[in-house]
Amino acid sequence: MSAPINRRGWLQAGLASAGALALGACDKITNSKQGVAFLQSAEGLTRRAQRLLVDRKALAREFSHADISSDFRPNGSIDPQDPDYLTLKKTGFADYHLTIDGLVERPLSLSLADLRAQAARTQITRHDCVEGWSSIAKWTGARLGPLIDQAGLKPQARYIVFHCYDTLDGPMDGKGRYYESIDLIDAYHPQTILAYAMNDAALPVAHGAPLRLRVERQLGYKQAKYIRRIEAVADYAHLHQGGGGFWEDRGYEWYAGI
Amino acid sequence: MAKPKKVLVYRHAAVTRATHWINVLALTFLLMSGLNIFGAHPALYWGQKAVFAQPWVLIGAEPKGDAMVGFTQIGTAKFNTTGVLGYSGKVGEREPVAFPAWATVPSYRDLADSRHWHFFFAWLFVINGLTYWLVGLARGHIVKDLAPTRADLKPKNVWHEIVTHAKLRFPKGEEARHYNVLQKGAYLAVIAVLLPLMVVTGLCMSPGMDAFAPWVVDFFGGRQSARTIHFITAFSLIGFVLLHLFMVVASGTWNNIRSMITGRYAIVPDKSGETA
Repeated sequence: MSAPINRRGWLQAGLASAGALALGACDKITNSKQGVAFLQSAEGLTRRAQRLLVDRKALAREFSHADISSDFRPNGSIDPQDPDYLTLKKTGFADYHLTIDGLVERPLSLSLADLRAQAARTQITRHDCVEGWSSIAKWTGARLGPLIDQAGLKPQARYIVFHCYDTLDGPMDGKGRYYESIDLIDAYHPQTILAYAMNDAALPVAHGAPLRLRVERQLGYKQAKYIRRIEAVADYAHLHQGGGGFWEDRGYEWYAGI
Repeated sequence: MAKPKKVLVYRHAAVTRATHWINVLALTFLLMSGLNIFGAHPALYWGQKAVFAQPWVLIGAEPKGDAMVGFTQIGTAKFNTTGVLGYSGKVGEREPVAFPAWATVPSYRDLADSRHWHFFFAWLFVINGLTYWLVGLARGHIVKDLAPTRADLKPKNVWHEIVTHAKLRFPKGEEARHYNVLQKGAYLAVIAVLLPLMVVTGLCMSPGMDAFAPWVVDFFGGRQSARTIHFITAFSLIGFVLLHLFMVVASGTWNNIRSMITGRYAIVPDKSGETA
């Protein structure tokens, strides 16, 4: 009578260990450089497919006032303690200046008043976090395209990098400083703005005061907050760990359209 | 009585067999990496946006006395799911995680890595599915073998199939050469509805694709609804797989498995004058 039970016991044990082995193998692949590189080959495919399919100027969906979230979740840094930022915050960002430099003909330094005087756009859009949730808000800001045209991109420029004030990881030694980068297709997209207002009020600190990026066809981690400097570059490999962004350096996809 | 003589009939074309097993592989990884991704925000909503205070599904962990308990909330009902959902792991080393380590890829909670697995196998899944559909339509497999005939759909026949299936009595002889109406219905629902729905609702979560076809997102009721439907469809597929495996075992494990590997399926042909 005990034979079938034993057999079943063996079968169960066998299946469980086969499962554990398979899972262990998956973890090993995940933790190996080649394994991740192989899996991440899908990212290039996704980016090319979306770039091919989606018109360069196709707009992200815009919503009505009634759709605006009352519980828009601030994520990542929500109250930066970096000394430079605290100094600016003390005076209500009156001394804030945005630098636009790198591979440009005419580097710019713009105060918030200067930024408000630029070609502006207001849009009610949905913010899609990589975690899976979405919140809707109204954003007003200066369009990035005309701004980088004022600075005049040099022909070698291929990416726009956003250097931020906030440290999201570790001590404030610059290594955990937030940054992001986008390509020129997204930089010139009509909905790509440097937002200084959210829901008709000045951008709150939790959401990136005084200036944050909105690049509406990408996930939330691309929407850099607390922007300090915008740099035009030919390549981002020399910046930080070379991934092109804070979360990209920590394993996330550079192309965050999915 | 002499043992009836079996004959091997050619049941599954090479493309069907190959795409079937690639699909098994891709769906397994998609499900397990998907459950890991879900762990980054283990809540589901309806509509375009999340109303954080009103998820219709929520998996989490909370302290209860001295201990932590895992819970799963569906609508207003709340269940203690410690050890499986919300709070799991070896006793003593349990941690708050939506789905347990044995069900996810990678086994530890990691959104970046699980996304790499998910999108890699998503591409494999889509290419495999398109291959199946294109070849299936070109060669007539889908129309010839899967589309129900007029006779199949007669209520009397449908009822007959339901009754015989419930009794686990399966067609023999000539009848076994073809799929019956319940098989056709189940397979078509999977290949024409559930699997495409996984792809479309998955793409509805992509902010890039939303700019391409916002009306598709609207059709599902918004991005968060699409995420919810992605989840429900995934669990419908688990339901199908469980039923499918049960039927495979009940109607002859090795015969079925062989037919999906070599293509050959054993049937016992009818003798003249006899009906199955």
